Amino acid sequence: MTWRFEPDRPIYIQLQEQLKLAIVSGQYPPGGKLPAVRDLAEDASVNPNTVQRALAELEREMLVYAQRTSGRFVTEESEMIEKIKTEMALKLVDEFVSKMAAIGYSKDETNAMLTKIEEVEERGDTQL
Amino acid sequence: MAILNCNELRKSYGSKVALNGINLTIEPGRIVGLLGPNGSGKTTLIKICTGLLTPTSGQALINGMSPGPETKAIVSFLPEATYLNSWMKVSHMLSFFKDFYSDFNLDKAQDMLRNLGISEKDALRSLSKGTKEKVQLILVMAREAKLYLLDEPIGGVDPAARDYILNTIIKNYNPDASVVISTHLIYDIEQVLDDVIFLKNGEIALSSSVDDLRENHGMSVDAYFREVFRC
Repeated sequence: MTWRFEPDRPIYIQLQEQLKLAIVSGQYPPGGKLPAVRDLAEDASVNPNTVQRALAELEREMLVYAQRTSGRFVTEESEMIEKIKTEMALKLVDEFVSKMAAIGYSKDETNAMLTKIEEVEERGDTQL
Repeated sequence: MAILNCNELRKSYGSKVALNGINLTIEPGRIVGLLGPNGSGKTTLIKICTGLLTPTSGQALINGMSPGPETKAIVSFLPEATYLNSWMKVSHMLSFFKDFYSDFNLDKAQDMLRNLGISEKDALRSLSKGTKEKVQLILVMAREAKLYLLDEPIGGVDPAARDYILNTIIKNYNPDASVVISTHLIYDIEQVLDDVIFLKNGEIALSSSVDDLRENHGMSVDAYFREVFRC
């Protein structure tokens, strides 16, 4: 897995987000075992306590559960994962819409643009 | 009990004050960055903790004890300048460390050397600067110590060697031990650290966890450091 950390936000939050993305995208499937703290720390080159904190946050969100001796697992409840997926999608759409608004596109114009892009892709063209 | 506890620690060299009343506590399981510009007192603080220097006043306690033979047995120190004799072979250093420190894990050291493709038969003289620094770090990290004091471990090595050194620190993480790393190369190291201590003219200018600092100031430790120490 490739990890990327921005300098201006807490690392544990970014770890948490990237782990969430890996769960939602199925890289860590429902019920699947997560790598050990030490292995994640090494892989991402971050402090083990930071990994611990990110995982604890995911546990609090019920996306991940710990089994006393055998480590941490992704939740088996796929509705839970779907819910998080929808939350992430909404956030992305929100960001997109406000960025479009910043360059002067109304919601309708943005929608029209999306439809147009879809048509163009179907035709296999590169020109709008 | 705290692994390291400094209490009103002061050190002067003649009229020059190097440390001016340091109070700090480091708990087990932390990786701490000791950050500050040149001449801020980082090395003096580390050398007092190793027992190489004595404080002018105040005290530094390691696991509740003043520096002495008992603390040297649980403190693993990487000095800024290499002290390895160039005529020695890597194998000599291994037996040296094995004789000196009862907590030296020979298997671990040999394993780490093998992973780097360093032969025990190599004379230190024949190793590059970066490799020599790696050998020294391996010797220090292969001890099962309570407190690791690393003085500028990533200065003067290339970025790949730097990554290796940081990964070695992560790989050897032990929840019962603490690591103190002094450096001014903050950018490379901050995601490895739990806490940072900023030293300025022999005083603690800031002590915080890395994530708290990022949360409170909305910038990296590196950027914040540049702001605090702007010339």
